Amino acid sequence: MGLLSSTVSITRYRVEGKLKKPVLETMATCLKEHAIPEIEDDISDKTVGWTSFDRPFNPDFEGSSFVFGTHFVFSLRVDKKSVPSSVVKKHCAMEIARRLSETKRPYLSREEKSMVKEDVTGVLSRRIPATPNVYDLIWNYEDASLWFFSTLKSANEELETLFFKSFQIPIIRLFPYTTADLAIGLSDTKRDVLVRLSPTLGAKE
Amino acid sequence: MLDVSVSYNRYRFLGYEYLTWLWFLIENGQDEIKKLEREPLSLEIGNRIVLENRQKDTVESITIKGDDANLEEGILALRKGAVVSELNLWYKASDQEWRFTIKAESLHIVSLKCPATGSVESKEDLEGAVLEKAYLCEKAIQLTDSLFRQFITLRVSDDWNKKVIPRIRKWISS
Repeated sequence: MGLLSSTVSITRYRVEGKLKKPVLETMATCLKEHAIPEIEDDISDKTVGWTSFDRPFNPDFEGSSFVFGTHFVFSLRVDKKSVPSSVVKKHCAMEIARRLSETKRPYLSREEKSMVKEDVTGVLSRRIPATPNVYDLIWNYEDASLWFFSTLKSANEELETLFFKSFQIPIIRLFPYTTADLAIGLSDTKRDVLVRLSPTLGAKE
Repeated sequence: MLDVSVSYNRYRFLGYEYLTWLWFLIENGQDEIKKLEREPLSLEIGNRIVLENRQKDTVESITIKGDDANLEEGILALRKGAVVSELNLWYKASDQEWRFTIKAESLHIVSLKCPATGSVESKEDLEGAVLEKAYLCEKAIQLTDSLFRQFITLRVSDDWNKKVIPRIRKWISS
């Protein structure tokens, strides 16, 4: 679900640091360095990188194309190849039959079957195109807040890894404890109380 | 600060307590909700509540859905020791309406439907549309932040055990 979809789902983060000045140039450099490659990688089954919000299939981070008002807006793209297991099964059966017929043997060993599966999966992966998944994000640089428009666990993990790799800044996911600890402005005394809290409602686990 | 994955699991009860308190507040504390924003607002339970009852190693999940759903079943579940794990809310302000669900464990905001925005017909419209959408999302987020702030402030105070918990228990058993 993209930022401009009629309904959106949001995971919120706190950005724990600032970029080197000049910020816009650093930002553009980091995005370009970790942009999704234009040429599809035939071998790997997954490619992850940044892409432009308005041109997800032709990323362009020139100038300030990622600046919208006071926000940085761009997207995470994860291109993933997945071969349906039934297709792998069919091609394995065909390949095993071909080898048995060529060698006039009654069966293949377990190891040989495993190698056939590996070869077949490799060949099929090279033949099928990767499926792109695009997840938008808004980074409010001044507020150190980031909204990621997906709640998928795998997409959030890719974001956290790539963000740190690209900008050398960690981001912290805002769930109940981290929101209370970092985003509410509690005094140190109240934060100590927070750490010692235990459940008061519901059945005891 | 505690390790993120440790704190996620150890304090996930805060999210369940937050949504349970929020349901209580919507039913019993509309005046407090109205004080959160300068402009008049209304906040109602939407068309879906999910509750969880964890006892020993078992988790029982109860879902109540439908625009005119009877929430009695939910109260009954609370009485048996359940807490709210997902809450759908309808928020109105300045003749506009937001609908969204908060997930207790993660505080994810899901299925957020903001007031309608203008259509994007040209590249020039895009920046305006993005900024408008960001502003509208922020309105819902600001409201949930204010509510969560109010909850946490109460939760770390003596009032939680002395005043709030007895009121919530009275509401559940009435």
